[in-house]
Amino acid sequence: MRLYLAVGCGAAIGSLLRFLSGILIVSVMGLSALWATSFVNVVGSFVIGLFAALTAPDGRLLVSPAGRQFVMGGICGGFTTFSAMSLDTFILLLQGDIPLAGLYLVLVIAFSLVAAWVGHILAMRINR
Amino acid sequence: MTLQGCTLVLLGGFFGGIARFFVSGFVGRRIGETFPWGTLVVNVSGACVIGILAGLAQSRGGIFSGEMFRDLAFVGFLGGYTTVSSFCLQTLNLALDGEGLQAALSAILSAGLCIAAVGAGFSAAVRLLV
Repeated sequence: MRLYLAVGCGAAIGSLLRFLSGILIVSVMGLSALWATSFVNVVGSFVIGLFAALTAPDGRLLVSPAGRQFVMGGICGGFTTFSAMSLDTFILLLQGDIPLAGLYLVLVIAFSLVAAWVGHILAMRINR
Repeated sequence: MTLQGCTLVLLGGFFGGIARFFVSGFVGRRIGETFPWGTLVVNVSGACVIGILAGLAQSRGGIFSGEMFRDLAFVGFLGGYTTVSSFCLQTLNLALDGEGLQAALSAILSAGLCIAAVGAGFSAAVRLLV
């Protein structure tokens, strides 16, 4: 029950941060919504990679299981979105822009994976 | 940016996160947690639902194409439900554990099945429900 609440509250905060990032990137900076989705996914993946390794059993930070779920399952999970990314890609496909659809999906996933890895490596250095 | 939009996103995100925790935990306990099946099921089901809703927004309009519904369901609930961060962390862990093939499979399955699920949901909503 505690874990469910931790994830729910974290996801609410993460989702709001994603919503506000979207407004900032699209309405204020004038970039396409594809950039907003790319940004949240890459940043959220970096944070989860960093935080997971920092709070691992041999990590430097001691955080309770509920605290870990709040940040990782909650904030990072709520901040990032696979559904919007999939819909973006599908709309590009519908519009017939197959190269951009493929490039977008592959690049966002690749950069997100690399970001999680960079976060992990950074945390391992801090842990030493 | 309105207070109403922020409230709807918070509300949707809260329940989306809880739904994700429940579904991924349920699938993980049933099938096993070495390969991230739980996250895959979450992302593919979320992609299917967003496809259905986008199809309804296009074919029916009305409430489905309204801003309130978008903030609550698309941005809040489905955005909070699906996740790239857990997918990346679990895929990275597979790769770090030397399970490169499984990591590649996780990435390819997630991308391929999610796009197929959006397409299936969208087509179903546009063709069958109208």
